[in-house]
Amino acid sequence: MTLPPCYTNPEPDDESPADPSRRSFVIGSAAATAAALISPILGAAPATAETPPKSDPNAVAVVLDVNGKRHELRLDPRTTLLDALREHLDLTGTKKGCDQGACGACTVLVDGKRINSCLTLAVMNSGKAITTIEGLASNGRLNPVQAAFIRNDGFQCGYCTSGQICSAVALLREGHTHSDDEIREWMSGNICRCGAYPGIVAAIREAANARV
Amino acid sequence: MIPIIGEPHDRVDGRQKVTGEARYAAENNLPNLAYAVLVTSTIPAGSIAAIDAAAAKSAPGVISVISHLNAPKLPDTGGQQQESNAAEHHHMPFSDDSVHYVGQAVAAVVADTFEHATHAAGLVRVNYRPTPARIVMEEHRSDAKERQGNAPATFSKGDAEGALASAPVKVDQVYRIPYEHHNQMEPHALVAAWDGDRLTVHDSAQNIFTTRQTLAKAFGVPTESVRVMSPFVGGAFGSKGSAWPHVFIAVMAARMVRRPVKIALTRRQAYFSNGHRPLTEQRVALGATADGKLVAMIHEGIGQTNTVCDYVEGFTSPTRSMYATPNVRVAHRVVELDLPSPTYMRAPGENPGMYALESAMDEMAYALKIDPIQLRVLNHADDDPANGKPWSSKSIKECYAQGAERFGWPRRTSEPRSMRDGRQLIGLGMASATYPSHRAPASARAVMHRDGNVDVSSGTHEMGMGTATVMAQLAAETLGVPFERVTFRYGDTTLPRAPISAGSLTVASVGSAVFAASSQLKRKVIDLATADASSPLNGTDPNDIDAADGKLTLKSDPSRGEAYAAILRRHYLDTMDAAADEKPEPNDPYSARAFGAVFAEVGVDPDLGIVRVRRIVAAFAGGRILNAKTARSQYHGGIIQGIGMALLEQTHLDRNLGAFTNVNLAENLVPVNADVRSIDVILVPEDDPHVNPIGAKGIGEIGIVGVAPAIANAVYHATGKRVRDLPITIEKLL
Ligand code: FES
Ligand code: FES
Repeated sequence: MTLPPCYTNPEPDDESPADPSRRSFVIGSAAATAAALISPILGAAPATAETPPKSDPNAVAVVLDVNGKRHELRLDPRTTLLDALREHLDLTGTKKGCDQGACGACTVLVDGKRINSCLTLAVMNSGKAITTIEGLASNGRLNPVQAAFIRNDGFQCGYCTSGQICSAVALLREGHTHSDDEIREWMSGNICRCGAYPGIVAAIREAANARV
Repeated sequence: MIPIIGEPHDRVDGRQKVTGEARYAAENNLPNLAYAVLVTSTIPAGSIAAIDAAAAKSAPGVISVISHLNAPKLPDTGGQQQESNAAEHHHMPFSDDSVHYVGQAVAAVVADTFEHATHAAGLVRVNYRPTPARIVMEEHRSDAKERQGNAPATFSKGDAEGALASAPVKVDQVYRIPYEHHNQMEPHALVAAWDGDRLTVHDSAQNIFTTRQTLAKAFGVPTESVRVMSPFVGGAFGSKGSAWPHVFIAVMAARMVRRPVKIALTRRQAYFSNGHRPLTEQRVALGATADGKLVAMIHEGIGQTNTVCDYVEGFTSPTRSMYATPNVRVAHRVVELDLPSPTYMRAPGENPGMYALESAMDEMAYALKIDPIQLRVLNHADDDPANGKPWSSKSIKECYAQGAERFGWPRRTSEPRSMRDGRQLIGLGMASATYPSHRAPASARAVMHRDGNVDVSSGTHEMGMGTATVMAQLAAETLGVPFERVTFRYGDTTLPRAPISAGSLTVASVGSAVFAASSQLKRKVIDLATADASSPLNGTDPNDIDAADGKLTLKSDPSRGEAYAAILRRHYLDTMDAAADEKPEPNDPYSARAFGAVFAEVGVDPDLGIVRVRRIVAAFAGGRILNAKTARSQYHGGIIQGIGMALLEQTHLDRNLGAFTNVNLAENLVPVNADVRSIDVILVPEDDPHVNPIGAKGIGEIGIVGVAPAIANAVYHATGKRVRDLPITIEKLL
């Protein structure tokens, strides 16, 4: 149902009555210099608005292996792994809470390790095995951590939940579940503003106990 | 009958939330989507001298740059009185060149990808003509004024000044709460799509029907041609009740570029343009007799606001109703500054107000040398002191008693610094909690299908409170059908109208409508059966019929009965339905509030000043509880935000630039998992026959009330230091 934005055709630029001269205004020199300096990947000649982005000369080929499925994409190299998932693959289960590595909502597993997908570019993850929240259940059967989150009411709004669960799945593998305090400490990179922490800890404890 | 404490069912939306299927506003990736990214002001006051968008316009992928230079002028849609929820309606976005605060949207770049839009937004050059800005509230105290808010700005009774002057025991102090942000995990976001004159909006909102009306007014289209959807909301806490500027900007952009437009505010942007709890400075003066009877209460002070929004922090609201005393004077005023707009934040009014009042009560207990609980019980208000009306129900004494027992209050020695655990100074503190029970008109529809499944709908919101689950439970219990058979639909303006989900009124309002629609539907099927010659219930008294497990049964003869589905099938009916529009009674003879008591134990490192909350016990009486599991979680959430308010949360303001500075989740501290230890919530049963048809008072907000003062009082008990300036950070204890 979704057409990734990298394949769409933009409408022509709307003409602004308040600024009739801008078509002929070639780029203010200061801004042009700044753009060239801060953004060498744009190249010397910025594309105009009429250029369909699919021929965006800056796009690069990226192969993402997500939940066991291979995706070949052409992406703006500035695209984070998080945005590649959400905006280009329509895997919107991974959430954007801060886009700055401070909240954990975007946690995914890359080669089995939990990482903040907002802090890594998609191109840097070519060929790695990425698991998102959508890949945790198998054949409609919830991962034990997912089921424990439901039973223990480990969420309210649900926006931090994908990140909490991916983090918890890694935490179980890391073995940081010897006590509630240890769980709390090692889950403190995932903020839950709804304050579902008591349920989150209970869910992880339950899933950990079920493993032994 | 519906039990007073309902079944702890798992959430109905649980599976969607743990599998990532739940789609939040920004996740509606419509075909041909364009992305809008805002350019925001860097000065607090003045005007825009020039916008140079040339570089942005010729950057790759850019479709349009929108600002006051080319935007359509939207009319002032009015404030709450005009049934609008435009937060900054005195200055609609891009309406002129004026700048009212740092972080105000001054332009929006629309491009084909998020990366292109973000890059181009950085290329827009804006020049300003700054004017002197009013930034620091304390420097403008003398300009404080009364503004009409939710509660009247002033209230008085007796002679508070006179009684205070002659009172044998007095406490007179000023308490301060800093700027704080909601920090809900999902930043504000919107996807807007026009189809001719029809507008569809995927919003993250607490108030879709009012947003619909407001957008219709702003864009000059009939209300019916606007559809607002918000089935999942990634936290709100008051920050999503209003249509903030980005809402109008996204809708405007979608119309201008003739494509669906997504706007997802950055975390940083959301600190400036989407509300905060304002800075307040509150004086509380209490006078008491030597045996602890309050004879005077004064609560007055100021809070920040600005000139583009209508918001007033009504922090004196709880003081009018909390304790019995003959002489009261309260007044809250606002100071208009050139700063971002404040807004409702969990338990607006009551939460900041109760921090001040309940801290002062603790100080009074020490001044009197009596137990803090005893002081509160001595001054218990048997009727509502604000209006003399009887309470619909009130169980605060049970909350004090049950909380104190569970907490182990009697082992507390009242002298400060008198309790230790190893090196740690231990402090035990308590505070009362209250929040008014509101109710607003709401509608609902219930449809029974011939297979026995039931669809119930009302266009309300689910921000994690458990609305979807408890409404399904309420319908199931009212109709007597299994919970699994009921589906509740919400979050869409094509459904029956529901009010804003705020002020803890959702269960009372929408619940009453769901209850009425379900009751009517049940009665319709009963009437069909009793009039039907082939029904075993033919000719029986409808009042003698009970429903359970999808079946109607005669109470006086349980062998007679039949299933709902059988009745529909025999009459060749695919569905039967009922709809209800419910309103609160005008001139309610009762006053209604939920009450509670919060107990906190802190450990303070005597050398380092580090405070840890070791445990919280809180007892709340909020009328009928529809689901014990989701209710507990609601309370946990409030309590944890209260821990944050007490110890961590503050948004710093640069006094020269007029900008908030710690505008990211790394520096704007909120509690993380390791900050939270044991939290024990007691659901005190309370049967309230008066508050509303379902007897539920609303519990979304009271959970935060009383937590910060209970912790502050515990810190005083531990250290002998009274911090009257939140949050209680290390330097204030050293
Ligand atoms: S979105 Fe990545 S850590 Fe917050
Ligand atoms: S469930 Fe809402 S932020 Fe965690």
